[in-house]
Order: sequence, then structure tokens, then C-alpha cells
Amino acid sequence: MKSLEELRALREKMRSQTDNRSVAADGETVIKVGMATCGIAAGARPVLEALLDEAEKRRLHNVSISQTGCIGMCRLEPIVEVFRDGQKYTYVYMTPEKARRVVAEHVVNGNVCTEFLIGEN
Amino acid sequence: MRELALNILDITENSVSAGAHLIEIDVLADFAKDEMAIRIRDDGCGMDEQMLATVCDPFTTTRTTRKVGMGLPLFKFSAESAGGIFSIRSEKGKGTEVVATYRIGHVDRMPLGDFGGVVLQLVTMNPQVDFVFTAQSGETTGKLDTRELREILGEDIPLGAPEVRSFLREYIQENLVDIFGGRL
Repeated sequence: MKSLEELRALREKMRSQTDNRSVAADGETVIKVGMATCGIAAGARPVLEALLDEAEKRRLHNVSISQTGCIGMCRLEPIVEVFRDGQKYTYVYMTPEKARRVVAEHVVNGNVCTEFLIGEN
Repeated sequence: MRELALNILDITENSVSAGAHLIEIDVLADFAKDEMAIRIRDDGCGMDEQMLATVCDPFTTTRTTRKVGMGLPLFKFSAESAGGIFSIRSEKGKGTEVVATYRIGHVDRMPLGDFGGVVLQLVTMNPQVDFVFTAQSGETTGKLDTRELREILGEDIPLGAPEVRSFLREYIQENLVDIFGGRL
């Protein structure tokens, strides 16, 4: 069974790494997932989970993922908003699989997944 | 909503937007009595009596984009359709407490679902809020207090850091399995 002692050890390990991490930050990407009743009921939690998991696996330190309230278009939920280079991209009807593709293609490689954007649906 | 855990997430979001600094979430199960209870208590802005009287009406909401709010009605429904009782108490400026009880063996009781995932999400995605989670089954009790976690991590490492997140995921999951053993 894991104990909080392990967290203490983890902290020491992370302290020694913090220096070389901040270097890679060029142009932060902000990702927001709608997490109100409408979003949760439509399956926003697995989508958020997939985004976080993908960011963790790829060690994306210049990406901030957060949740937000009702975006106002409940019928299009789950909605993911990506803010990048001063632009906002709204992805609708998201699934965990689509979310992983958005991370790989848009966030990492800079190619917008146009087929998931709000105008296309 | 198909999982009680998602209801918990939803109701807790209300506490977060009420400006709570400390949110306590309890899931208490008594298999011998066939009863379980979910309690969410916050120290947020609370609400006045007039709001409290209508808050379980789906046509009452604080949001401005539309006129319906389904969070509390759905949570209330989950309890009352499973032989349980729902109650909400609130005091303006002091905070709010929501309690839902269930008959564990009731055919219409929703499964608890991925409660561990919800705990992880709340802890790692709300840096400005402290949480105390209590999971209890008979004699076994587990507690997770983010104030304790923050004290260990210090100020420079956030709870949402990827390394901390993956530790917490396993820590929460292992302890929940130990307490509820997949019976909820």
C-alpha cells in the first residue's frame, strides 16, 4: 500500500528537477474543459482525464489544463477550448479518443483538428 | 448521470464556485444496515432562505446562460429513487451542506462509479481550495486532507504536477479498494 511517506520522497526528487523544466516554455497553450452539469452528464470527465493523461505521458510542461463552468452550448458538450497563439479553438462533441488526437495533432504539432471544431458540426 | 461519483463532482463544483476554501466530502457505507450516505459540506457563500426553498427546482439556477439548473435536482432524484433521503442546509455567509442517503441494495441505486477519479480531479484541478475526503465502510476509514498534502509538498510544487498526480491516483485508488472493495 502506498503511503504519504512516498510523497515526501517524491518531493525531494522533484525539487532537484525543477530547474531544467522551466526552460522549454515557449508560448503556453491553455486547454479548458466545460465541467458543469451538462458537461459532466455528456462525458466531460473521461475527456479531461484523457487530456491530462496525454499531457502527462508526453511530459508537456507548457500546457495548462483546467476546467470551467457551463460554456453555454450544452447540446454540444463535451466542449474543449484550446487557447493558443492568441486564438481560441472550440472543439465540440468530444470523446477521450478525439481529445488524444487534439493533443497530438494540435497541441504538439500545431495542426488544428478542423473536423472537430464547432463550425464543422 | 449514471454514477454517484459524477453527482458528487457536479455538486462540489457548486461549492467551488460559491468561493469555498474548505470542502468536506464524505462517503459513508454501512453494509450491515444496507445504508450509505454522501455528504458534501463547504464554507462558501451559502444562500438565503428564499433561494434554499427553490434550489431543488430545475428552473432555479444562478447561471446566466439559460434558465435551467439540473445539478441538485439530479442528485436529489438519485437518492429518492433508491430508497434514500435528500437534504440541504445552508446559511448565508456560512456555507452549505448537502446530504443524500441510499439503500445500498436498492435496484435503482446508481453505482458509485469512479469516485477515485473524481477525488483526483477535484484535488489536482482546484489549487485554491482545500478538500477533506472521508471514505468509511464499517470499521475501516480512510481520510485524505489536501492541507496535509500541501504541507508535505511545500509551496513550490503544485498538487497538479504530473508526478504528484500519478502518485495520488494510485494512492487514492489503492485506499478506496481497501475500504469499499468494489462493493459500491
